[in-house]
Parts: sequence; C-alpha cells; structure tokens
Amino acid sequence: MFGLIPFFRSTIGKKVLMAVSGFFLFAFCVEHVTGALLFLRGPDAINGYGRLLHYSAALIWFFRAGLLTSAVVHVTFATLLYFQEFGARPVGYQNRRYLRSSYAARTMKYSGPFLLGFVIFHLAHLTWGYNVVPGPFIEGDIYANMLNGFRTGWVALVYLGAVSLLGLHLLHGAHSMFESLGLRHRRIESLLFGFARVATVVISVGLALAPAAVFFRIIGG
Amino acid sequence: MNLVLMVWRQENARAQGHMQRIEAKDVSPDMSFLEMLDVVNEGLTEAGQSPIAFDHDCREGICGSCGVVINGVPHGPQPGTTTCQLHMRHFRDGQVIVIEPFRARAFPVIRDLMVDRSAFDRVIAAGGFITSPTGSAPDGNAMLVSKHAADTAMEAAACIGCGACVAACPNASAMLFVGAKVSHLGLLPQGQPERWSRVHAMVAAMDAEGFGGCTNFLECAAVCPKNVSSDFIGRLNRDLIGAVFLARPRVASNDAG
Ligand code: HEM
Ligand code: SF4
Ligand code: FES
Repeated sequence: MFGLIPFFRSTIGKKVLMAVSGFFLFAFCVEHVTGALLFLRGPDAINGYGRLLHYSAALIWFFRAGLLTSAVVHVTFATLLYFQEFGARPVGYQNRRYLRSSYAARTMKYSGPFLLGFVIFHLAHLTWGYNVVPGPFIEGDIYANMLNGFRTGWVALVYLGAVSLLGLHLLHGAHSMFESLGLRHRRIESLLFGFARVATVVISVGLALAPAAVFFRIIGG
Repeated sequence: MNLVLMVWRQENARAQGHMQRIEAKDVSPDMSFLEMLDVVNEGLTEAGQSPIAFDHDCREGICGSCGVVINGVPHGPQPGTTTCQLHMRHFRDGQVIVIEPFRARAFPVIRDLMVDRSAFDRVIAAGGFITSPTGSAPDGNAMLVSKHAADTAMEAAACIGCGACVAACPNASAMLFVGAKVSHLGLLPQGQPERWSRVHAMVAAMDAEGFGGCTNFLECAAVCPKNVSSDFIGRLNRDLIGAVFLARPRVASNDAG
C-alpha cells in the first residue's frame, strides 16, 4: 500500500508536487503582473500598491513563506526528476526525431534554472536593495528603484530576456501542471493548451511592459 | 530499390556497440521492413558475417516483439504501424536508413537491435490477479458493462507491450504502457475489487525498473502502433491520486494475506 511518503517518492507523486508548487508560482506571476502594470500609471500607483502589500506583516510573511516553500519544492523535485530521467536512458540515440513534443516542453530543464538565477537577481535588485545594478536604492520608493534599474541598458535587457524565458517555461508549464494532476483528456486538451497560451502572453507581455517602456525611453525620458 | 542501412551492432549486453554501414541492394517495395532485414541477413551470412539480430514473432502487428528505431522514430515513419507491418514502399530509392535499438536503462540491449523488455512483464505481474467467479459460465448480461466502458477498455487493451512509448519518450517513461494496463482492468466491473491496490503495485513496479517520469511530451502516443491514447496517462494519474487521497484501499494486497 502507498502511504503519503512512498507516494511522493513515486514519479507520479513527484510530478504532483511539481504541479502544485508550479501552480502557486504561476498564480503569483499572475498577481505580479498587476503590480508591474501599476508602474505604468506612475509613482503613486505602484508605491501605494507596495504599501498595501506591506499593510500587514503577518499577511505578507504568510504569502512569502508559501512562495518560498513552493519554490523550494519545485526546484528540489525538478532536480530529483531530472537525475532520474537522466539515468533512465544511459545510451542515447544517434538519430532522433520528435513528433509531438514542443520546444518549450523539451527546454523546461534549461529555462527553469535560468529563472531561478533571475529570481535571485530580481530580489537582490528590488527587494533586498543590494547594489547589483548601478545607481542608488531607495527603501520604499519602488517606482524610483525600477526606473533607476531599467535605465541601465543591460538591466532592462536581463529583465526582458527573463520574462521571455518565463513565457517559454509557462507555455508548457501552464498546461502541464493540470495534466500532471490527471486532468488529461482529448475533450479538454485544446482548452488547456489555449489557457496556457493566453496566460503566457498575458504574463510575459504584462511583465515586459515596464522594462521595455524605460528601455525605449517612453517612461522616464 | 537500393538502400544504405546504418545499423547498431553490439556483440552482447556488455560489449561496446557501434554503427555499421550495410548496403541493401534490390529491395522490393512490397517487402516488409523485417523481410528486408531477412534478405540483408542472408547476404551477411553468405559473406561469412554475423546476421543482424532483431526481435520478431507474429509479423502481423499483434505480438509486440518487433520494434526498432528507424530514422529516429520507434517503428518508423508510418503512424499506427509496427515495424513488421511497415513496408519498404514508404522509403525512397537510395535513402539512408538509420536503425537503432529501443534505448532505455530498463530495456538493456541483448544483441544488435534486440532488447530485453522483461521489465514490462514484471510490471504486468505486479498488477496481480482479478477476483472473478470460476466454475460454470456466468449468465449473459449478469454483469452489465456500459458501451463506453467496454470501448474504452478495449482501446486500452489494444496495447501489445512493444515498448515503443518508452523508446520515444525523452525521459524513457513507461506511463503510456502502465496507463493502458491499469486502465483496461480498472474500467471494467471485473477489475474493481483490486483496482486501487493494482495501481499502487504497478506504479511501484514501474518506478523500481528505472523508467523516467512523465513530462507531458506526448511522444509516446505519437509512435504507439496501436494508437493507445494519452488519455490513459491521465487516468493513471487520477487512479493513483485517487487511491492515495480518496480511496485509501482496505482490500487485501496481491500477496498472500
Ligand atoms: C518563476 C518561477 C517558476 C514558475 C512560475 C514555474 C512554473 C512551472 C509550472 C506551472 C510547471 C508545470 C508543472 C508540471 O509539469 O506538472 C513547471 C515545470 C517545471 N519547472 Fe518550473 N516554474 C518556475 C521556476 C522553475 C525553476 C527555478 C526551475 C528549476 C530549477 C524549474 C524547473 C522546472 C522543470 C524542470 C519543470 C518540468 C518538470 C516536468 O515536467 O517534469 N521551474 N514549472
Ligand atoms: S502503449 Fe503502445 S507503444 Fe506503448 S507498449 Fe503499448 S502498444 Fe507499445
Ligand atoms: S512481430 Fe509481432 S508485432 Fe511485429
């Protein structure tokens, strides 16, 4: 009989954990778009949003703990599955043709670690205020910190590159997470793929607007 | 037609393998792929070389013994077709054909293109028995099966255990095969008493054999010669999740006691 621990050791259970943690990370991305879009409405909008998030210390730490747990679970089980899958075919093919799988699906194991690196850079830049980009960091003035950062060309380009990779990761992830939970049937397949495409466009375009607007000097001259 | 074959040659399980270039002359387009290999093997034998070892039995697409990777696709370019039912008319004169064994840790190469697929037999054995009354024949219609369940179970039961799904999967995952085996019993009333313990046991056996996990690539269903649908992977996930979180089976496991 499977108890919970053997279940989460099985390949299917590990994928369930990746899907659930991936879903929380995905939901956070959706929420994050609203924040990023407020940048376009000016300093009051986004700084007010920041104060709203910090309204209750208990609440924000509750969400932070949830996100951190999701990220740790997601990365841990991605790594475990990666090694299992690596070991499952010790001798590869000389000649290989793919019929159905998408580029996004086959590059999850590469887009993922890049995202991890970016998330750390992003937190260092805008949350912890470490000097990873040129210019000063002003505690609480989210607008100024974003503007400052994105004014440096390479910083804006790192952000734009990262949201493109996030889009690639979600193009597969945003339907794969449902499938890993057993929601796979020919009747809903096109629905899930459609959902993943729409969500990917909304999230990556939504997150790209702020750095792009500064990069092209539409905002901040 | 004349073809150039690039074939994986490996003396035995432990030997180092290599690709060998072999010319196949005067191949009839009406031959099956295995008949073409038979003719090539006759030529090799006459020239004093060892023939290419490959698995085959029924040669009518029902036993699941045959199966090689042809130009990067298990069972070759024709969808829904086993290697034995693939005909040479699907190839061009002068074409180079790369032939490799199914690759997976759970399917070690025995010789050349032959692999040991007994991992699948152990997964099936782990599924165990079904409880069904023996003795005189049951009354017709005493046990009702809906048309939908009968059709879906039949679709799952069409799996011939060839292993192409594993060979095609970038992770060498056996989820399509195990999904089909779990589902064809799990859909029928006769398979209900052990349904939850069966899915536990078969998934545990699948993992123990060293197959990879499912990343939802769907290469498996694209090469399956019996067109087994990836819907059965969803069913396998639901049955295992259901067994762990909802059903928490109390029925006896398949070993004694
Ligand atoms: C912004 C952060 C991230 C989000 C929103 C996210 C989201 C997702 C989602 C929704 C899935 C689908 C889960 C499934 O297939 O069931 C997924 C899969 C995956 N993620 Fe992430 N992820 C993120 C970060 C990462 C990181 C940092 C890594 C690696 C270190 C990673 C590696 C992977 C891999 C390898 C898969 C495929 C797993 C598989 O299908 O077997 N992800 N991700
Ligand atoms: S599911 Fe299809 S490809 Fe896999 S073993 Fe069964 S018949 Fe072969
Ligand atoms: S030899 Fe039996 S299926 Fe091909």
